[in-house]
Amino acid sequence: MATLETRDLHTHFGSVRAVDGVDLDVKNGEFIVLLGASGSGKTTLMRTIAGLEKPTSGEVYIGGRLANRLPPKTRNIAMVFQSYALYPHKTAYKNIAFPLQALRMPADKIRSRVTWAASLLSITHLLDRKPRALSGGERQRVALARALVREPAIFLMDEPLSNLDAKLRHSARRELKRLHRETGVTTIYVTHDQVEAMGLGERVAVMNAGRIEQIGAPLDIYRNPVNTFVAQFMGSPPMNLVLRSGTLIGFHAEDFFPRGRGPDYGDMEQLTFRVVQVEELGSEVLVYGYVAEDEREPPREVLATLPTALVSGYIAEGAEYPFEVPRHAIRRFDPATGLGKD
Amino acid sequence: MATGVLEKYGARQRLLDSDRLLAAILIAPAIIYIVALMGVPFVLSIYYSLSDVTTGGTDAPFVGLANFRALIGDPTFLQTLYNTFLVSGMTLLIVLVLGTIQAELLLRSFRGKWLVRFLILLPWTAPVSLSVIGWLWMFDSIFSPIDWSLRQAGLLGHPGALLGPATNLYWLGSGGLPMASIILVNVWRILPLGTVIVLAGLNSIPREVQEQALVDGAGYFRRLFQVNLPMMLPIFGIAVLFTFVFTFADMVVIYILTRGGPANSTHVLTTLAFFTGVQGGSLGQGAAIALFMFPVLAALSAIILMLIRRREV
Repeated sequence: MATLETRDLHTHFGSVRAVDGVDLDVKNGEFIVLLGASGSGKTTLMRTIAGLEKPTSGEVYIGGRLANRLPPKTRNIAMVFQSYALYPHKTAYKNIAFPLQALRMPADKIRSRVTWAASLLSITHLLDRKPRALSGGERQRVALARALVREPAIFLMDEPLSNLDAKLRHSARRELKRLHRETGVTTIYVTHDQVEAMGLGERVAVMNAGRIEQIGAPLDIYRNPVNTFVAQFMGSPPMNLVLRSGTLIGFHAEDFFPRGRGPDYGDMEQLTFRVVQVEELGSEVLVYGYVAEDEREPPREVLATLPTALVSGYIAEGAEYPFEVPRHAIRRFDPATGLGKD
Repeated sequence: MATGVLEKYGARQRLLDSDRLLAAILIAPAIIYIVALMGVPFVLSIYYSLSDVTTGGTDAPFVGLANFRALIGDPTFLQTLYNTFLVSGMTLLIVLVLGTIQAELLLRSFRGKWLVRFLILLPWTAPVSLSVIGWLWMFDSIFSPIDWSLRQAGLLGHPGALLGPATNLYWLGSGGLPMASIILVNVWRILPLGTVIVLAGLNSIPREVQEQALVDGAGYFRRLFQVNLPMMLPIFGIAVLFTFVFTFADMVVIYILTRGGPANSTHVLTTLAFFTGVQGGSLGQGAAIALFMFPVLAALSAIILMLIRRREV
């Protein structure tokens, strides 16, 4: 276990600034998620931390020690790649034992460590299989066991769930959280999936164009995005943005109610909602449309997610309805710079 | 009337659409080629090896295993057998080691890489006979540029010199040097192929697996022997097969460099078969010598192909 710091970290490939001045402070034992679209630099940042890429400038400190010149093998970092990168010619047991062999650990100690990691991930019965005889979820567990087995200072994970199907992904997410609770290893987790970021991260760093746009607790970022990029990126669906009286106002789809039908917070902003399409999904209804007050040409689509019981039989496609948003749920942005005003 | 046209068209179409006919037509050239140019000579050579046929006539009296028995007791043949395995084995070993080093070199990016790659591949593009004639001059007993360089460096040609007081080393003439020279030329000739094959093998290993090994804390040799080599084993098998077969079945290098001399000490099976069977006229004996290559090559090919298939599944 260790802390991790980066100071004004840059990693450039020719003229491409993949990581462009990142300051990151990760506390001991923290689970931090790097969230960003592909090409935002999150994977390069992680690879620079691992020592697989050389930083162009800036510093990386692992456990308080400057790590810029350390090769990956001496950083005591464990990494789980998106493809899991299992050694195809080795059994699961030998895959997990490999980092320990590299440490020249005695064989009986290796055996007990591998057994420990395997039981932690419930893969003891798979240890003599080769990767090609394992399912995607099982491979992922082997990769996690291999990463955990030598008690790394920092755990780096590069989209480890993206090769799993939706159902497995959900259970794997809970499993990762449990593992982190049980082992307490400082973890840096890269993903482009905001649901993963919201669900897993103690803190989330939203990345864009090689920089961290905002870092904080997931809900805090969700409620108080510092700019329109974060507002549009965080949360599923993203924040609605409407230009009104020269200011961009942002609000989440679940805060957008037909007048008088939602919770009454007293202080409400009134809007006229022109409904284009309605999707009834069982527990909730998705209503797509445009806000008549939107001054942008053409107006951007706005979404309301409403509990089915609230609007059943009320909303029809093609009609206009008075809607309202509680003022405390509204964020204001400068339309020119995209920066938050409050 | 329309149906008549269709029927006529259909008959021709049916013939062309017949998969069996098409398959037979497409595969026929290969079968004719294999039977006429490999099968017939192979059967003929088995027959010759059991007879006393010479280049002097068409008579081929059957003599049983007499040719083989004569060979087993012949010290020249035994020396040749030893030479064949020595040349093939040493070439293989050196090519694999140097090929792996060169491939590792070519994997990295550095200035002037294209020039290095070009130079590494150059020996492969030169016609074998021409380049071996070039080597013949390099090894010349009097004018050898290697000897000249050694003399200039003070390692040769004066009393107390590291390599002796003689002005020349006689690369193709004395002691173990002729065999060493032959192995050197074979390595020089096959190294480009070995390098390219190993390079393809290294490139076929996913980058993430290599990086995983780095992060897992493995040093260079652990990565080489526990990750890279096992993962490129199928391709390495091909490199082994090609290198061994190329040297085992080659006669140009020795034919040009030493012609089996001095005193028949540098023959390999191919050259001995040629000099005995064709130049010496004892076709039967030559065929018997050549046939000694068959079980080795057949077994080797079978083993390596089997290995490759097992890794693939």
